[in-house]
Amino acid sequence: MNINTAVIVSLIYFGITLYLGWLGYSKTKNAADYLVAGRKMHPFLMAMAYGSTFISTSAIVGFGGAAGMFGMGLLWLSFLNIIVGIYIAFAVFGKRTRTIGRILDAHTFPELMGKRFKSKTIQCICGLIIFLSMPLYSAAVMIGGARFLEQAFQMNYNAALFIFAFVVVFYVFFGGLKGIMYTDAFQGSIMLIGMAALLILTYNKLGGIIGAHELLTSMADKVPQKLIDIGHLGWTMMPKFGSEIWWVLVSTIVLGVGIGVLAQPQLVVRYMTVSSARELNRAIGIGGFFIFMMTTVAFIVGSLTNAYFYSTQGKTAIAMVFDQVAGKPNIDKIIPLYISSAMPHWFTYLFLLTLLAAGMSTLSGQFHAIGTSIGRDVFQQIFKKTGHDRHSVIITRIGILIAFIVTVILGYKLPGSIIAIATAIFFGLCAVCFLPMYIGALYSKTMTKVDAMASMFGGLLVWLFWILFVEMKKSSVLGVCQLVFEKPSLAVGSVVASIDPIVIALPVSLAIMLISIAFKKKPASC
Amino acid sequence: MLLGLGDFWVFLAYILCIVSMLFCVCYASLRWNTQEEDAITDDVSWLIEEAELEKTI
Repeated sequence: MNINTAVIVSLIYFGITLYLGWLGYSKTKNAADYLVAGRKMHPFLMAMAYGSTFISTSAIVGFGGAAGMFGMGLLWLSFLNIIVGIYIAFAVFGKRTRTIGRILDAHTFPELMGKRFKSKTIQCICGLIIFLSMPLYSAAVMIGGARFLEQAFQMNYNAALFIFAFVVVFYVFFGGLKGIMYTDAFQGSIMLIGMAALLILTYNKLGGIIGAHELLTSMADKVPQKLIDIGHLGWTMMPKFGSEIWWVLVSTIVLGVGIGVLAQPQLVVRYMTVSSARELNRAIGIGGFFIFMMTTVAFIVGSLTNAYFYSTQGKTAIAMVFDQVAGKPNIDKIIPLYISSAMPHWFTYLFLLTLLAAGMSTLSGQFHAIGTSIGRDVFQQIFKKTGHDRHSVIITRIGILIAFIVTVILGYKLPGSIIAIATAIFFGLCAVCFLPMYIGALYSKTMTKVDAMASMFGGLLVWLFWILFVEMKKSSVLGVCQLVFEKPSLAVGSVVASIDPIVIALPVSLAIMLISIAFKKKPASC
Repeated sequence: MLLGLGDFWVFLAYILCIVSMLFCVCYASLRWNTQEEDAITDDVSWLIEEAELEKTI
């Protein structure tokens, strides 16, 4: 890649992004504009903003790389992303969220929960959970973007991290949610073009759809022995049922991310930006197509990189990215390596913009959500600074600056290989703490704040126990189990150690909510 | 082999991705001008009553 051309292309991109942020700023007149984009967004803007916030750099590079290892079984996640992440999210959750949000005059997810259950405590707790956990996810997205800038421009990583975060916080701070949604729609359009080109070029290079699939299927005997031992059967096949790799694929990747998306605060707030349910219906078509073009393409191409590398270099994708120092493959490098080796020169610039757009659109939504949670949902509730538009915007802006500082510090401090773990932790935590309560808030007349709190804390406790002491992938990184029991997991050596906490904690949280509602003392009838 | 894929479950996932995307596009097209606002608002009328009661108090 020619550095000068890349710098010019990126500067044009940054220029357009900042202009759209300014456009958002110029159209922001009050707190509703800043927090929920005035509740009058066009369905195209809403769908693109939702999709591009949903899909980050790690979804394309990280999960695309994971498909290079696990194979096309990841397409089940793509299916869930479309049917759960778009259809169910918009048609089932979105319409009611929008209506109830308008009735209660809620501007954020914690505020919606707080007003629905008539509890400022719930609003504060939800805000605190978001404020304490989301920076981990935003730091992961930022690290992905900064690593990419570092490689593309051969620049210092720390400088890349700061520039990436600074540009985003600049337009989020001034433009609010309107600025974010304008830039998201622009960034989402770039991502669509980039991924469509990637799919067409890849299938074309490998002999068409069926030819490419057959080539990959014929390579089942090239799967490394280590992966075969834990259940891998080939890149166009599901892993052996019940094996270690099957549990990782199904529980962590497919269910963890596929269901976790429903209770993401930065996505829920998008439903409240349109003027009616009709706009949400219209957005379903655009959103479904967008997510298909992102995740399905990333997973198909990620798997097919094995066929490309084997036919050109005699090695699988995993072997191509094997890190001799770490003694294991770095799957985050599969997609970038494939782009630089297999794609035409012009495409590398398009893909550079695609990844910048994916990272920035997700990070902007995260900064806004962290800012509103600490500003409006915690600070404003505790200090009773309510009722004034100017106060709301100022407090939220202070919150966004705090989000920026915390995320940048975490970005500098977090260890390597944290992107996927941090993302999974946040998705899981949101699902376990918020999803049952959110369902109850939308559909149950009888659910009270006690039921909501019981479900939230019950799920949280089980989730914490599972990631600290059972699921080895996370417990070994967190180190608490090692400290207390002198082993990385209480279930070491068993498939239970591969089960994601969401599979255990979400049903528990849901059950607590249902039991709590069912066994509530009914008021005596006269 | 179905579409050159080695496994029925992967084939099913591949097809379901396309079908679910088309379903979303068709759903949006067929309901492009459908107004559902009143039905949803009726569904949560208890919430409106509660909100109004609270304002009065």
